[in-house]
Parts: sequence; structure tokens; C-alpha cells
Amino acid sequence: MTLKEISIRNLMRRKGKAAFVLAGLVIGVATVVAIVSFVNAMTSNINDKLEKYGANILIVPKTENLALSYGGLSLGGVSFEMEEIREAELARVKTIKNARNIAALGPLVLGVVKINATRVLMAGVDFKVSGILKPWWHVQGAFPGSNGILLGSEVARIMDLHPGSSLQVNGKDLAVSGVLEPTGSQDDQLVFTRLKTAQLIFKKQGKVSMAEVAALCKDCPIDDLVKQISEILPGAKVMAIQQVVKGRMEALTQFKNFSYGISGVILLIGGLVVFVTMMGSVRERTNEIGIFRAVGFRKRHIMKIVFIEAGIISGLAGIIGYLIGLGSAKIAIEFFSDGNIATVPFDYQLAAVAILVALTVGLVSSAYPAFTAARMDPNEALRAL
Amino acid sequence: MSYIIADNLVKKYGNDDATVTAISGINFEIEAGEFVGIMGESGAGKSTLLSILGAMNKPTDGTLIVDDIDIYSLGQEQRADFRREFLGFIFQSFHLVPYLTVLENVMLPLAIIKERKKQKRLMAEEALDHVGLADKALRLPNQISGGEKERVAIARAIVNEPPVLLADEPTGNLDSKTSQEIMKLLQKLNEDGMTIVMVTHSNECAPYAQRILSVSDGALVQDNFNLKSPADYPN
Repeated sequence: MTLKEISIRNLMRRKGKAAFVLAGLVIGVATVVAIVSFVNAMTSNINDKLEKYGANILIVPKTENLALSYGGLSLGGVSFEMEEIREAELARVKTIKNARNIAALGPLVLGVVKINATRVLMAGVDFKVSGILKPWWHVQGAFPGSNGILLGSEVARIMDLHPGSSLQVNGKDLAVSGVLEPTGSQDDQLVFTRLKTAQLIFKKQGKVSMAEVAALCKDCPIDDLVKQISEILPGAKVMAIQQVVKGRMEALTQFKNFSYGISGVILLIGGLVVFVTMMGSVRERTNEIGIFRAVGFRKRHIMKIVFIEAGIISGLAGIIGYLIGLGSAKIAIEFFSDGNIATVPFDYQLAAVAILVALTVGLVSSAYPAFTAARMDPNEALRAL
Repeated sequence: MSYIIADNLVKKYGNDDATVTAISGINFEIEAGEFVGIMGESGAGKSTLLSILGAMNKPTDGTLIVDDIDIYSLGQEQRADFRREFLGFIFQSFHLVPYLTVLENVMLPLAIIKERKKQKRLMAEEALDHVGLADKALRLPNQISGGEKERVAIARAIVNEPPVLLADEPTGNLDSKTSQEIMKLLQKLNEDGMTIVMVTHSNECAPYAQRILSVSDGALVQDNFNLKSPADYPN
């Protein structure tokens, strides 16, 4: 006979109460695990979706000019004609510490061209990364080849051009390969061609006007990326597109904070369930405690019995709670995500934390009942029989 | 020097406004190996006296010496150690732990001593054998009779071979025949050298004690030594 055996026998006898405490903790732990797993999965999911907003960092040449445009209304002084970044230097972006967080790097060369006597802004871009940088683009026709051109919807409308039309750009014959569907952005006013083609037209081989970067900022602050890129491109100005970044981070932070707040409340309730039940159990066992004390059990022996009981239930609740929470998160993800389902893997670290949290809640909540039991006067306890 | 010395024991309950004196200046000495009965009417202070002797109820005044140890100069935890090493308790209502088997109940005082599990089990089986319940070791308390429960309580009290056995109305819930069996068992333990202090109402049990302390209104009113025939015992 050991103190552990006494605890186990008591749990077996008071199955109902033990089950009640277990259920209270399991619900708490399962909810927390489900919320944390759900939040993690949704964070990943949301991150993926937010990437569809495209570029979130701009790299532009350092210039002393001030922009003379506001709300889409340009008053001249276009700075892109004045400064360039060397393409070779731009390649260094892929060597920064957080390079793995860069989803796409899109160099851009800009210039004004004449098409059928109309001045149009032309952009040479890398169409291979346009799917990431401009996910909202839908092309009627196809992306252009080396002698092709893609028209913004407004350009096509005003100039009455269609896929298959031919035109001359600064004396070079180009074929319209496709027309962008209206985007509601500045892109509607532009014509696009391959980077090399544009560099040739503008005689800017090896140079770019600016670059767009789509960075994944799930586990690295966007400001760090900006700093790292600035350090390797001292001649360029690197800017985060704050609205997208801030909105993304704030949404995630708020979602996480709310979830953790709810988890805390649920754990508190779980702790109260343990506390109330353990207190009731201790009072119910006054006679036993009196006997234990009469036969020479010290206070710490009594506390140990209560703590072993709480520990067994809590540990069990941690394991069961984690498994139920994981299952619930998997089900919840199916309901709340729209087909782009993030996975909820078995997370050993979260499992360990769940068990640790359950043990902490169980033991802390049992501390006062254990202390009360240990403090019982054996004479009073036996007189109460 | 006597084994147990009660010197001017006083126990009062309540506060200054409403004080109840349960024990008022009791003195006695008990030698090792004596079988002492404490008798008196209900409310006379017998159980309070026994709880003081059991190191569970600190007297308001006076001292209790057992084996040269001033019991109430010890702290609570040291008194718990003292109970474990020196005392065995037998309660009127048996007070067995309902979810432990007979054997486990007997092993209870051994749960906190450093001894091999096998040895603990052996000690408990010996104690059960001593009270004639070796064959019911694996039963639960609700599966045995009242007399058997009392025997289990005795086995639990003697399992760690304490020098002193304190019994509070050990036959209070038993029929006459079973009471006699229990008393004979206590007598046998006394003959084996155990000091026994027993609180009892029963005139049938009293003759098993060699000495009767009569208590009335918290005071020791009579101390009868060397009692031999039932006629010598107080009613």
C-alpha cells in the first residue's frame, strides 16, 4: 500500500466525481487545443490568401524629386525617367537572410512610348512572376512573347485594339497578344511587354526602373525584410506597402489575441471546476483524512494524496483533451475554410504544452483543497464521524 | 518512572464568554504493559481524555509524558510521527477506509514508512492472522460483519507493533458474543506486552482491564488498581 495506490483507489471509487473533473479539464484543454490548432491553421490559410494581394514591398531608385501625382491625377515630373537600378544589383535581393520569405521578385522597366501617335506608359515586366505579383490579372488572349504586347483595358478601348492587332512602338513592330480585363488600377492605362523587349525599346539594357516584391510575412516582420533589402541595395529606396502589411498583421494579431483570451477564460472555468470538485471531495473525505492523520500521516502525505489524484486526472485530461481538440480543429477547419484547407498536423510540441497546461491547471486548482485537507485537525475530523 | 504520565491535564473549549471545561486537572500514571479502562457517563470527558492521550488534542493545561517524551511540546508533524510509532487506535465505528480491501486497510499505517512492499504485505498478513481474518484479506469492508470490521481495526492498530493501544468503545457496535471475542483478543495483546487504554461503557468489557479510571464531569473520581472479580468494578 502506497500513497499512489490510495489515490488511485479513491479515484476508482469516486468514478463520478473523477469523471466530472476529467470532463471539466478535457473540455478546457480540448477547446484550447482546438482554438490554437484552428488559429495556426487559419493563420497559414489567411497568409496564403493574403499573398493574393500581390506585392507588398517596392524597390525604387533613390531620387531627389517629389512625386507630382495625387489620386491618379499626374501633373508631370515623372521620376521614373531619371533614375534606374541595375538588374545585377537587384539579383542580390535573393541573398538576404530572410530570402526564403520572398515569394516573388518582379523587376519593372517603365517608359513612355508612342502608339499610333498617342503617348502611352509602357512597362516591361517579368510575366513569370506576374501570377504572384498581380494575381488579379485576367488576360483575354495570352501573355506576350518577345515581340508581343499586352494592353491595359483602357488602352485597348481608347485605341480600339484587340488581340491579334499589330502596332508600331517606337518603330518596332509588336503584336497584341492579349488584353487585360479591367482591374480598376493604374494597370488599365498601361501597356506591358517582356522586360527584355522594353529594355531594348528604351535602351535601358541591364537596368530596371523599380521592382516589386511579394514577401511572406508569417514568421518574419516585413520591416526586417525591408531593412535587409535596404542594406544590400544602398542605392535604392525600399518601401513596404503599409496598408497591406499592417492590415494583414493586425488582423492576425487580433484574431490570435481574441482566441487566446477565450482559451484563458475556458481554462479558468476548467480550473474552477477542478477546485470546486476537489474541495467537495476533500470535505466528503473528512473521516478518511482523520483516520490517515490518526495513524500518523503527516500533512505532506495528505497533500500528496490529493495532488496525485489531481495529477492523474489532469495528465489524462491533457492527453484526451489534445486528441479531442485536434479532431475538433480538423472538423472546424473543414467548416470554416472555403476549399483552400490548411492542414492540422499532430503537433508534439502542442501536445506537450496541452499536457503541461492541464497538469498546471489541475495542480494549481487542487492546491487549496490539498492544503485544506492537510490542515484538518485529526481530532476534529474524527469527532465529525 | 511510569510509561505514561498525565500531569494536571486540563481541556477547555470555547472562549472567555462561554467556556466548557471537558477535563479539569486529571493526574494519573500508567505503567508499561497495563490494561487500563476509562469509564464514566456520557459527556464525562472519557473520549476527550483518550484523544489527549492519543496526541491529537492539545490540552489547555498540563503535560502528557509518554516514554519520557513530553508529547505536547512536539509540533503537529512530530506528534503525527509519534502516533505512527507509538500508538495504535481502535475506534468505536471501526473507521475503515471503504474503498480499500481488508488487507490494504491494515497496511494503511505502513503506507508512509520506508519498507519494501513485500515486507509491508507480510506484516499486514501477520496482523490479520493474529486477529483470525487471514482468509478475508481481499474483501472490502462492506463485505464483512461488524465483528470482523472491529478485528480489521485491531489488526490495523497493531500492524506496526506500537507499544500502546488506545481503544474508544471497541465493542460499542457489537453484540455480546462478538464483544467477548474482541475483548479476549485485546487481553491476548495485553498479555503479549502491549499497554492498552480503553474507554468503555460496558460492564462486560470492564473486567478485562486490570485498572479502571472513573471519570465524572471531567475529573478523575476513582482509580481502582488490581481489580480481580467483577464485583470490584464500578457500575
